[in-house]
Order: sequence, then C-alpha cells, then structure tokens
Amino acid sequence: MSEELKVIVFGIANEEYGIEVDKVRTIERMMPITRVPKTPSFIKGVINLRGIVVPVMNLSGRFNLPETEVTEHTRIIVVAVNEMEVGFIVDSANDVIDIDSDIIDTPPEIVGGIQAKYLDGIAKIGEDRLLIMLNLSEVLNKSEIVQLEQLEV
Amino acid sequence: MDMNAYLSMFIDESNDHLQALNDNLMRLESSPEDISIVQDIFRSAHTLKGMSATMGFEDLASLTHEMENVLDLVRNDKLKMDSFIFDTLFQGLDALESMVEDVVQGGTGKSDVTHIVNNLANIVKGDYKNSSTEPAASASTSAAGQENGGLLDQYQSSVLKQSIQSGLQVFYIKVTLTESCVLKAARSYMVFDVLENTGEVIKSEPSVEDLEQEKFDRSFTVFTISSVSPEELTSKINSISEIETVEVLPLDEESLATLSSAGTQAAAAVEAPAAPVKTEKAEVKSADEQKKPAVKAPVANRTIRVDIDRLDALMNLFSEMLIDRVRLEQLASEVKRQDLTDTVEHMARVSSDLQNIVLKLRMVPVDTVFNRFPRMIRDLAKSLDKKIDLIITGADTELDRTVIDEIGDPLVHLLRNSVDHGIETVAERVAAGKSETGTVHLRAFHSGNHVFIEVEEDGKGINAKKVLEKAISKGVVKPEDAGKLSIDEINNLIFSAGFSTADVISDISGRGVGLDVVRTKITSLGGNVTVTSVEGKGTKFSVQLPLTLSIISAMLIKLGDEKYAIPLSSIVETAIIQRSSILMVHGNPMIKFRNAVIPLISLSKLFESPSYSEEHEEEHEIIVIHKGDKWAAVVIDEFIGQSEIVLKTLGKYLTNISGVSGATILGDGQVALIVDPNALIK
Repeated sequence: MSEELKVIVFGIANEEYGIEVDKVRTIERMMPITRVPKTPSFIKGVINLRGIVVPVMNLSGRFNLPETEVTEHTRIIVVAVNEMEVGFIVDSANDVIDIDSDIIDTPPEIVGGIQAKYLDGIAKIGEDRLLIMLNLSEVLNKSEIVQLEQLEV
Repeated sequence: MDMNAYLSMFIDESNDHLQALNDNLMRLESSPEDISIVQDIFRSAHTLKGMSATMGFEDLASLTHEMENVLDLVRNDKLKMDSFIFDTLFQGLDALESMVEDVVQGGTGKSDVTHIVNNLANIVKGDYKNSSTEPAASASTSAAGQENGGLLDQYQSSVLKQSIQSGLQVFYIKVTLTESCVLKAARSYMVFDVLENTGEVIKSEPSVEDLEQEKFDRSFTVFTISSVSPEELTSKINSISEIETVEVLPLDEESLATLSSAGTQAAAAVEAPAAPVKTEKAEVKSADEQKKPAVKAPVANRTIRVDIDRLDALMNLFSEMLIDRVRLEQLASEVKRQDLTDTVEHMARVSSDLQNIVLKLRMVPVDTVFNRFPRMIRDLAKSLDKKIDLIITGADTELDRTVIDEIGDPLVHLLRNSVDHGIETVAERVAAGKSETGTVHLRAFHSGNHVFIEVEEDGKGINAKKVLEKAISKGVVKPEDAGKLSIDEINNLIFSAGFSTADVISDISGRGVGLDVVRTKITSLGGNVTVTSVEGKGTKFSVQLPLTLSIISAMLIKLGDEKYAIPLSSIVETAIIQRSSILMVHGNPMIKFRNAVIPLISLSKLFESPSYSEEHEEEHEIIVIHKGDKWAAVVIDEFIGQSEIVLKTLGKYLTNISGVSGATILGDGQVALIVDPNALIK
C-alpha cells in the first residue's frame, strides 16, 4: 500500500528532517521573538504571524541537542497539529520532495540523539540521503513539557 | 427538499418562540385575566406548530397542537386559567425545549410526551377537575360572545370605509352549506379561495381557524372587499358544490356606519345574527387585540441574524487594523508632516468610532441570560414551598457576547443560593416579622468600563459567626487572625474553596461545589464578586464584569528591551519611590502606601528578565495594582504610556503561564505580553 507524500525538507545541524506538507502552514524568515517567562528553555517565545500570536520553539533544544546559531538561512516553520500552531526554528528549509510511503522504515532506537518516539520513520532517498520524518503530535506533546517543568523546579 | 438548509433557521426561531412562550406564560400567571397575553402565546404556539410540522418534527407539532387547543379555549373565554393548567403548560414547554434541544444535537426531536398530551387533552375536555359547572358556565358566555361577533370592530370598519371611499366594492356575504355536506372545512376553504382570488377577506364569522376546524354549524358570514360584481361573486361561489344558499349584499358607507356604530340597526341592514346588546364591550376588546400586534411587529423586524463567526472575523480584521493605526500614528509622529498627521488623526477618530460599533455589535443585552431566571425562581420557589418575587431591573444592559456566554452558570448559582439559603420559609418569615413573600432583586447596570450585576434578597442574611467558625475549622483562617477580620471580610470567606455553610445539603444548592466556583469563573472573566450581608435583613452579591474581553485599556511598560502591558483596570496608581523607603518585613520588601504597608514585587525577578534589574537603582518606578481589596506595588523599569490593546491568546500550546494572561501586538508589530495582576497578588 504505497502512497505519495509531499514532504518539506529542513536541516538541523547536519541532519535532514521531513514534515508532511499539509501540516505546514507557512515558512518564515527569522523574525523578532518575544520571550515568554517561565517556560522551558527550548521555547523561544512568541512571534506575530500576521496578527496571530504563535509560540516558537527551537527544535534542537526540544531534542536536547546543542542549539545552533541563527544565520541568514535560519527559518521558522509554522506547523498546525491538533489545533495547535507552533513555529519550529530550524537551520534551513529549502526543499519540497515527493516520497513513497513505502520507503519509510521504522526508526532505530536513537537517531542523531533523538529518541525514536519523536520519529515516524526514516526515509532513504537516493544513495546516501537519509530523511528523518518527525512525529509532530509527539514533539508537541504537552504532558511531557509539564514533566520537564517539574524536573526543572 | 433538503431541510438541513432550514434547520438552523428552525432552531433559532423555535428557541425564540419557546422563550416568548415562557415569558408570556409567566406574565399570564401574574395577570391571568389579560387575554391579550393569551393571544401572544397562541400566536407563538401556532407558528411553532407550523414550523415543526413543516420540518417533519411530528412529536413537536402534536404537542404544540394540544397546547394550542387549550390556549384556544382560554382565548375564547371558554376556559379559566388555573394552577393545574399553568403547570401542565409549563411541563409541555419543558418537553418542547428538550425536544428542540434534541434537534440541535442532531436528534429527531422525538420524545414520549403522552402524559402531558393526555393532561392537555383532559383540560380541553374539561374533566381534569370534578366540578363541571365552570366549563358549562363559560360555554354559555362564549355562546353569547359568538352572537355578538357578526359586527365589525373599529379597525375593520375603517378599512372597509376606506375601500369604499377609494371606489372598491364591499360585500357582506352569508354562505350556507347543504345539510349533507361532509367536508365543511374544505368547502369553506374553497369559498375563501374564491373570495381571496377576487379581493380580500376582512372578517369572517366564525373565525378562519374555527372554520378550518369545522367549528361551525352550516353557515358562515364574511366581509370582503372585491373587484368583481355581486352577480359574478354569487355565481362563482355557487359553482362550488354542496353550497345551499349564498347571499351577497353590497355595502355602502351608510350601511357600514350603522354596522360599526353601536350597531343597533345592524341586524336589520344586513340580516346579521340578532340582538347585539353587549357589543360595545366585545368591540373594544377585539380592537385592542388587533392593535397590539400591529404596534409590536415593526420593532421585531428591524434586526437580522448574523453568524457569530462572521462577527468574530470582523473583530479580528478590525484588531489588525487597530495595530496598523498605532503603527501609522508612530510613523506620522516621526515624519512630522502636517497633512500626514492630520490624516492619521482623522483616521484615528474614524477608527475609534468604528471600534465602538464593532464592539457594540458583539454586545448582547443581559436579558438573554436573565430571561430564563423568572421561570427558574418560580420552579425553585414551588419546590421549596417558599414565596418569592423576582424583580429584574436593567435587563437591557449590554455585555460582550463572550462574557454573556460564561456568566449564566455563576448567576444561576448565586440565585439558587439566594433562594435556597437566603430566603426563609413562609413560617420563618412570618415569625421574623417579615412579609410572607421574599424578594430577590436581580439588577444589572453600567458603571465606567464595567457592568455590575447584583443579586440581592431580603432573607436571613449570613451568619458571620458561623462562617468564621467554619473557616477556622476548615483551615481557611488561622484562629489568631480571626479577631482582625471585619464583618465584610468574614462574609467574603464564603467564596473560599470547599465552603458550604448550609446545615442540610439540599437538592438545590450546596452540592459541594460552592461559591468558590462562582468566584473562579468570574475572576477568569476579568471580573470580581463580593458579598455584603446584614444578618436578619438580607444579603447582596455584587458581580463586577468588564464590558468587553477583546479590547482593553492597558499601561505599556518596559523591562530593559522587553515590553509588557498591564491592564488599566487593575492599576490603582503609578509612582516613583526612593530605594531607601523600602521596608523589609520578614525578609520581604514592603512599602508604605496610603497609610498601608503593601508588598513590593520585582517584575524583573519574577520574569527572570535578562536585560534589566532594579538592583542598582536609587529610584524605582512602581505601579500599584489591586486584586479585590488587596494591593501590591510592582517595580518596573520605565513607563511607556497608556494604550488600547487587542487581547490575543498565546495559542493552545502555551497555556497556564503564571503571571501572563495573554499577548498583544504593538504598533511596531512586536508581541508584548499582558501581565496578569491577579497572579502577582497572592
């Protein structure tokens, strides 16, 4: 049962990640972010997305990876999942590709330091390109944030 | 035909009619003699019946039909309203409401209402009580009424008169059906059809409804305005089968005048049924009935229904424009060109007018919440065996729809509380030297940027001593603090969590969820609730609500590079204090303010501000905020100024951030967080 998926490809550090196009609302250049106090450190704050206030998180920070510096390639990918809108800060976003759902494999336990539960799978494209498909509902899982907050306190 | 398209209209309208039925029944209960109210009720019920039948909700239609039958008898003076009829009608109304609710939920509106239908049918038959004398008596009076009915009232005669003056022909027609006629209603309908094709029917005797239901013997009379000759009319009516005789009498102004005057010669002039002795009384009455709806109707039609989503969209668009306006104002002040400044100022004025209108569009009179309370109080009073008058004032006070949607439950709670715990039983009231009937006032009024809603009763009041004991036993108040509390402070303890002073947990209130829920709800709406009470005299709950939740006035402040907004409604004062004036009490910084010592809160510490700290300043800018009666001073970096801000949420991902109630977008497009003063004061 194969399906064509349109996927937005973006980069964090040296890895390539994918999110299905229909979950992405918009991709923006870096813009001023208003810090929100008393939130986990990976939540960078909120932005004004054409009149709507949208929270923004740093994906590397979310996966407990070292956060990379903001460059001119840095983008904010705004996704909409479970009626939540959240922006992801990524190092670059520059490609939309079609992939076959058949080529997505179940992920190994840890990929590039990210726990498997955050991933939907890994797609192998061409000879040496690996695309990590994110499980957005899990990435945006709030109960985990609550636990994180309790740990920090 | 696809009925779904009409479903929402049906739901809206039936809710309106149900509400009207409810209101009017309440009115009728207080003045049972007023037949004009019965007319209104009948009209609503009739329309509702028609709508539900059209939409295929048979149960709804049949129940309404039975109610209508009862009302029809009342309307025609054949039945006197009594408490059994009222109760049955109210039951019927409740059943109708739940059926419509079922339709709203996507159901079929089906429900077992045989019990109510039987009761209603019994009322119609007149055998719901043993004394059969009354129906008989009223039947005879109604017979007399019918005999008088052949005459015209003022309105009808003036219409006819005008028609004659403008050259139209007016006829008095008497139609008699054959004795063997089976479908009397159908035949009379056909006659009406003929008449309406050639002109207009002004009055018929018996009434059209009675004709439809075959409530007539063999003949009926009609006043009609027509464009054809009497001969033609006669032959047309005669062509309908089962008609025995038709008499068509042309009327002129003279004969009309004799008809509409006291009518002594009316019978002779047009062979109308005999002996009009009591006519004048009948005339006056029916004239009233005719006039009332005529006055009411235009008012009802001056509104349109708008999908609330569209209003929300309008609001959102307007908010964006407001942001641009602030931005333009900034630019204009930088560019400093006179004509630009003028234009921007003009735009600012126009847009603030626009803002008022857009906000007003979302305003709904509190009546939409209040209107269900009279019924609720009535039922409560009945079930508790108390006598209670509910007096509503200011029901036309308007509030934002979002507030209206939320305020219903807390008010229900307060009212139930007043009726259950506040007002005493009749015996207790008499013993206390009060009138038997307790009074609950429900008031709404504007004051500044707020709307106040008060629930006041003249019941037994709050027993402050009992409240204090309970508060101490529940650990809400420390025993050593108890002496310091004023009566009002003690009374307000009833809003604390897990508090219920009712000795017996009753069915009505005191189910564990107490007034703390009310307070939480109202605070979450940006409002406040307080109570004042005099033991033995009564209790007053006062709810303070913001006019709107979408645009508020706020003070913009700076903490280093960061900007925050503090709602003006929470600000008492702004000031500058010397560092040396800070007192330390148990290690907590406090300052003296208006003869009180209030805590000093560092916003930069609370929000872990990366770019500002007041540590090394000699002078502090402070904002004194309040939450109810509690005050606190907040140290900030710099004041920016007062501004109208548009409230935005932080989205579903970021919820429950302490100290922040939302965000707003400033003129420069940046997001500023709105400080929640209620969270700062513990």
